[in-house]
Amino acid sequence: MSMLPVLRVSALNKSFVMHAQGDLALPVLQDVALAVAPGECLALVGPSGAGKSTLLRSLYGNYRPQSGSIQVRHRDRWVELVGAEPRITLDVRRHTMGFVSQFLRVIPRVGAVDVVAEPMVRLGAPLDEARRRAEFLLGLLGIPARLWALPPATFSGGEQQRVNIARSLIADYPILLLDEPTASLDTANRDGVVDLIRQRREAGAAIVGIFHDGAVRDAVATRLHNVALPGAQP
Amino acid sequence: MSDPLLSARGVTKRFGGRTACRDVSFDLWPGEVLGIVGESGSGKTTLLNCLAGRMTPDDGTVTYESAAAGTVDVHGLSEARRRLLARTEWGFVNQDAREGLRMGVSAGANIGERLMAIGARHYGTIRQTSADWLARVEIGLDRLDDRPTTYSGGMRQRLQIARNLVSEPRLVFMDEPTGGLDVSVQARLLDLLRGLVDRFHLSAVLVTHDLGVARLLTHRLMVMQGGQVVEDGLTDQVLDDPQHAYTQMLVASILPV
Repeated sequence: MSMLPVLRVSALNKSFVMHAQGDLALPVLQDVALAVAPGECLALVGPSGAGKSTLLRSLYGNYRPQSGSIQVRHRDRWVELVGAEPRITLDVRRHTMGFVSQFLRVIPRVGAVDVVAEPMVRLGAPLDEARRRAEFLLGLLGIPARLWALPPATFSGGEQQRVNIARSLIADYPILLLDEPTASLDTANRDGVVDLIRQRREAGAAIVGIFHDGAVRDAVATRLHNVALPGAQP
Repeated sequence: MSDPLLSARGVTKRFGGRTACRDVSFDLWPGEVLGIVGESGSGKTTLLNCLAGRMTPDDGTVTYESAAAGTVDVHGLSEARRRLLARTEWGFVNQDAREGLRMGVSAGANIGERLMAIGARHYGTIRQTSADWLARVEIGLDRLDDRPTTYSGGMRQRLQIARNLVSEPRLVFMDEPTGGLDVSVQARLLDLLRGLVDRFHLSAVLVTHDLGVARLLTHRLMVMQGGQVVEDGLTDQVLDDPQHAYTQMLVASILPV
């Protein structure tokens, strides 16, 4: 039985207008449409610069499309994210949609375990419970226990990325957006992340991701979605 | 959802022939931290002072959803009632801690004074609460009886924050709270503020020219140029996908480290 989608996009348009370059307009997304249901993992594919990250960031409400629709199933209703008020987008991010980016935005002086626990605490979980789950995830992702209390500013790129993944997975979001979640990981850690993503998908998360690594893509994706710049030859 | 905590409609303030802020409207919702960014002279502080009732706008209204008095017109209140509001439901953190503290009395008294203003009378309780807040803003208890004149800039700023938050305000106005501090001192203060905002579900309006501070502390941004709001949105939207020429210039001017 196929599930109803929880994320649906139609007629989405996004261009960047650079005012310092004489209002140069760069169209990136034109008439994009897609839908993702629980248990699906949609992999965005296309050449570098085709707009995969722009699409993913637009889905998260980080980039602002000029027109079109991004609808998200949130608290048992459909919510429109294009042109949404900040508090609506924030509520969707808090409860419904997680984002794993390639880079961790480091918060000064906050230890890794609290960086990871934060989204769960914001959802109202007790601090000790959130910390236990954070430690479990950090352990699963191969971050040594001696690092858990330290701020991740001094961690390696791969370690920071795994902290970021743990932070995005801790709250069991029904929708997950993944931008190169395994980009700077070695094989062992990559496999750990792949397992976590598959578990989340099998538990019913709807996932949209960019995976340059073909093996990772094959392991997690259930469908592919081609992304191309407007006017580019397919 | 609930009502907005603070609503500005068409707020305009002129100084002589110069318009310092023009036709600013927005709603601040409970739990939101709104940043106002822009260069010096863009009208940020004038707007903040109008919102907090410290300056009377020439046009426009500011309404506040008071816990004690329901919806109030901030500038329609008598001076006495506005002062009461400012000390019971609001906080105001000045850039210069000397303006927000009483420099001639001890740190403990600076915090305790706010408590007495909202009706606390028991000396032991006041002293204990003051000590708790001093610890919360990471100032040693052995400094409780010292005057802020003996404090460093970073400590003064933390003391000012304790003095403002001890009365558990619903809304805090902050004017460049980390301005003029060393970077390491700034990081500590930012982390502290971030934790307190989360823990006490504070709503806040924060003026800063530092986009890094805005990124870390605010949910939403309004970008001001020449007294007008030229762009607004979620903080990450405004900083990662700036639309207005002025915002693009501001974001492009951040020095990478």
